[in-house]
Amino acid sequence: MPEAADKISVTVDGKEVKADPGELIIEVAERAGAFVPRFCYHPRMKPVGMCRMCLVEVSSPRGPSLQPACFVSVADGMEISTESESVQKAQSGVLEYLLLNHPLDCPVCDKGGECPLQDQTLAYGPGESRQVEEKRHFAKPIPISTLVELDRERCIQCARCTRFANEIAGEALIDFFGRGEDTEVAIFPGKPFDSYFAGNTVQICPVGALTATPYRFKARPWDLEQVESTCTLCSVGCRVAVQSSANEVVRHLGIDIDSVNHSWLCDKGRFGYLAMRSETRLLEPSLRESGELVEVSWSDALEKAAALISEAKLAHGPQAIGFLGGARLTNESAYAWAKVAKAVVATDNTDAQLGDGIPAELVLSLPRATIGDACRAKKVIVIGEDLKEIAPVLFLRLRPLIAEGKIDLVEFSTHETSLSNLAKASIPLVPGELGTRVRALIDSIKGTKDAGEGIGIDIQEIKNATQTLGSLENNPDLVVIYSNSSAIENTEDLKAGILALEESFKNAKFMPVLKRSNIFGALDMGLSPNLLPGRVTFGAAKEYYKKQWGSVPEKSGMGTLEMLHAAAESKIKVLVLLGCDPIADFPDAKLAKEALSKVDSVIFVDSLANTSLDYADIVLAASMDSEREGSFTNLEGRISRISKKVSASGSSWPDWAIAIELADALGDDLGFGSLDDIAKEIARLAPAYQGLRSTLSLNSEVDEGILLPVKATKVELKRKQGDPMVHLGLISVEHQGAPLKSGASNEPGVYSDEKQQQDIGSTISLISKSDIKSDTTSKPETAASGAKSLRLVVTRKLFDRGTHVDSSLFFRDLVPEQEVRIHPETASSLGISSGEKVSISGETCKVSGQVILDNRVDQSGVVLIWNVSEEDVRSLVSNSEKSAHWVEVES
Amino acid sequence: MAHLSKELYEKCKSVVALYPEARSALIPLCHMAQGQDGWLTSEAMEDIAELTGVTPAEVRGTASFYDMLHLEPVGKHVVALCTNIACMLNGSMELLEHAEEKLGISAGGTTSDGEFTLEESECLAGCDKSPCVQVNHRFFGPLDDKGFDQLLDDLKAGKLRDDVPSHGVLSRVDRKFPLALSPSEIAAERVEMETAKSQRDEKRKISEGAN
Repeated sequence: MPEAADKISVTVDGKEVKADPGELIIEVAERAGAFVPRFCYHPRMKPVGMCRMCLVEVSSPRGPSLQPACFVSVADGMEISTESESVQKAQSGVLEYLLLNHPLDCPVCDKGGECPLQDQTLAYGPGESRQVEEKRHFAKPIPISTLVELDRERCIQCARCTRFANEIAGEALIDFFGRGEDTEVAIFPGKPFDSYFAGNTVQICPVGALTATPYRFKARPWDLEQVESTCTLCSVGCRVAVQSSANEVVRHLGIDIDSVNHSWLCDKGRFGYLAMRSETRLLEPSLRESGELVEVSWSDALEKAAALISEAKLAHGPQAIGFLGGARLTNESAYAWAKVAKAVVATDNTDAQLGDGIPAELVLSLPRATIGDACRAKKVIVIGEDLKEIAPVLFLRLRPLIAEGKIDLVEFSTHETSLSNLAKASIPLVPGELGTRVRALIDSIKGTKDAGEGIGIDIQEIKNATQTLGSLENNPDLVVIYSNSSAIENTEDLKAGILALEESFKNAKFMPVLKRSNIFGALDMGLSPNLLPGRVTFGAAKEYYKKQWGSVPEKSGMGTLEMLHAAAESKIKVLVLLGCDPIADFPDAKLAKEALSKVDSVIFVDSLANTSLDYADIVLAASMDSEREGSFTNLEGRISRISKKVSASGSSWPDWAIAIELADALGDDLGFGSLDDIAKEIARLAPAYQGLRSTLSLNSEVDEGILLPVKATKVELKRKQGDPMVHLGLISVEHQGAPLKSGASNEPGVYSDEKQQQDIGSTISLISKSDIKSDTTSKPETAASGAKSLRLVVTRKLFDRGTHVDSSLFFRDLVPEQEVRIHPETASSLGISSGEKVSISGETCKVSGQVILDNRVDQSGVVLIWNVSEEDVRSLVSNSEKSAHWVEVES
Repeated sequence: MAHLSKELYEKCKSVVALYPEARSALIPLCHMAQGQDGWLTSEAMEDIAELTGVTPAEVRGTASFYDMLHLEPVGKHVVALCTNIACMLNGSMELLEHAEEKLGISAGGTTSDGEFTLEESECLAGCDKSPCVQVNHRFFGPLDDKGFDQLLDDLKAGKLRDDVPSHGVLSRVDRKFPLALSPSEIAAERVEMETAKSQRDEKRKISEGAN
């Protein structure tokens, strides 16, 4: 905190206020209780002083003058008037001017009723127009991307959208064209606003110029109801307001949370609700009878499922049952299913990751960084995938800071990422080489070896990285953000690299990035072999949970890969799929298919149909987000609420209820009968969650969520004052009758008393670094196998043909074509050129794609995208135990 | 449709290298591209975006701000008539009317034979020649109706080829990039100049002192 002496004092409307030097008048005035009307100003972007709505009268040596409050900083002794006669005249004049060409089509405008232009005209405007001339006309609306439409007549040229695209997202695909009265916002002809973040411009547009195609004419703001919830389409966990009309979710808006999403969302999260009404939605429980899925009652489905499970258990022991997936579940549902698996069925064969993740011990035991830590850090290392593709809003938080030079970025990646050209050093990566290259960097920093000596890469990047990081000791706030660099390879190499960094940079914090939804919650709840709920290992907490639950598995279980092999060898008889699609998600599709067809029965618990549904014997229809309640744990380990807004579709049930009823059908009792009971049990039993009164008690007053492991520290329970010009949709809807709050909050408090925390489980130590085992059987493979073969690297895109994207018509268009990234020299030696369609052949299959020349790709490799085409890269992956895959590229 | 020619692209690269920030070269590059095609094609703007490291939308946004940059095809001769105060007092409004009638187009239009584009322009800083006309950025004036007709005839007949280059060409002196003089040479020249000046001043002082 700055000393009081650093503060300056200004007068706002006769009231004296303390302010920090450099603060903008608009902020200081707001703190003093004087709201200055504005259009272009947005606290998350740099001011431009474009709209002139915020003119205030400021004292100066030459007498009072009108100044834009969003652009001028306060000075000591400044006298500011926000409501003098001349200010009022200016406000009225600016509004009259802004309305000159603004069409009065408010009755059919999506913004009508929540429009800052309407509201501020009412409050500050002239009341009547002197305009008798014709207004300017444009064709309207014109689509500028699949999801956004532009109405140029309504635009008041505040530059919020163009600034967002340029400053925040770094994709200036929209800009102002022309000059004076001919100014319009437009795209370059033939180059649509194809940004993952385009939807944000709709949310911040202060008029109805930018509208979201899926929301157009869907609802009026005063008919909307809203709750605060968490987006579950990736592991960032952005806070959203879910708004519904007539029991149908019609819109998601980003809520401004300091620690997470700053009000931004990616388009996948913003429009993900569209999948709720997909024709692929599973609405009823069903059983497979003579090859066809037939709808049945819940009791029939559950009885059958229980019968299959107990038969298999009786005949072959609990090891014959496996549970795959769980990232789609809420924490409470994950806990309930973990208890079904580990206490009722008594098998440890559970894995929420589908062979494409990061070892749970690594994720859970290293000191975890928050998004805030990463944004405040001076230096950040990003390893693996393109953050924009797997954690879009994390990318959005970091990108402006890196671009402004506030963060120095060192990147290890297999190809050019969205951050490559902003990075201080971008070290090329080949799967299997991370450990070597990290150690080379550390050696170079220590000065024990010359930069990059003997590792066969361009040493300049290692030199740059050495220079950026400086020394091992002098990096108190280093943050390492990591993911696996290739979706088809094992993580031994990643583990080696991360541990080397952890060892060398003493205070470094780590942020694992896993793409899939509530995967961190699922791991915390023990949906992983060798883990029990609350970030504890089987070894450490076996006795504890045996006492609490009554039973735990005899021995530790299998992960996804082993389970699929066991299933393919008929050792596993029953597979329970908890919201997952092994055929699409697991790297080796052939093995997954074989496993699903060999296994006696597949119990499919999900809300949307996917490719694995063909193998399902029993379908248990689960509710989707906004139809269910619970909590979510994001990649920081931050718990936030998932709230229910609409009633469940069809006869679908929330996953926790399915778990309870299945346990009941198995003749067992999970010991809880409601969501609230589960939440309380988690807070009572799960060590990392202890101290939380209940995972569900995160009411809307807890702005930032709760960071794990729960500490007995106080958090500020005050929500920031909502700015109607920033949170336009949210605040206006609230004003018109539906307050923004989480679903029914059970208890006002968050923390239980410390005594209770000491009473229970305090002796169990959380999972730690010593629990990380090195898997000696799968060493990373580095050598080239053939002269012509290229090593296959598989990366991910935000919009792939995953279940959720495939279920939404709007998203299907956004799935890119297969691209083949290859080094220019490799390309020329193969005689292929940029843009050419080439085929890539593995041992058995071929896929095709378009060539992109990328200097950052290793000359011995080729980079493809996961799951974007019918004939997919997964068909190239022949044996998932092998670490490296080699392919030929031909034109 | 035209991308930048290979030679021009290379030349543009050397222009970009003159600036500390690549995007500063945006407007000079737009003029160079316009010199090639007479107007700024979409393809050229994409090339410029690539050269300056901005998006095509930003190039078009910048170019569309300036009247001298044309985003649509123009005639062989862009005839701009000033209608600001000095020219107006000397009859430019009447001249414009005459021009519109003569060419059969209104200001902003292009004749169907592609010879002429007529523009009404703000002050061209040729008030001494008012009413003043610019053809492909070369000055003519003062002009009356007859003089204007003669000008059109001459342009059409190619008689003024030496005076009026094709539209978009700002200078027919092909400047070399980077500039022939290195910064150190320029600095040395400046020092020489300063020295000479101070010597002159010195001499003057002495002679003034003598008087």
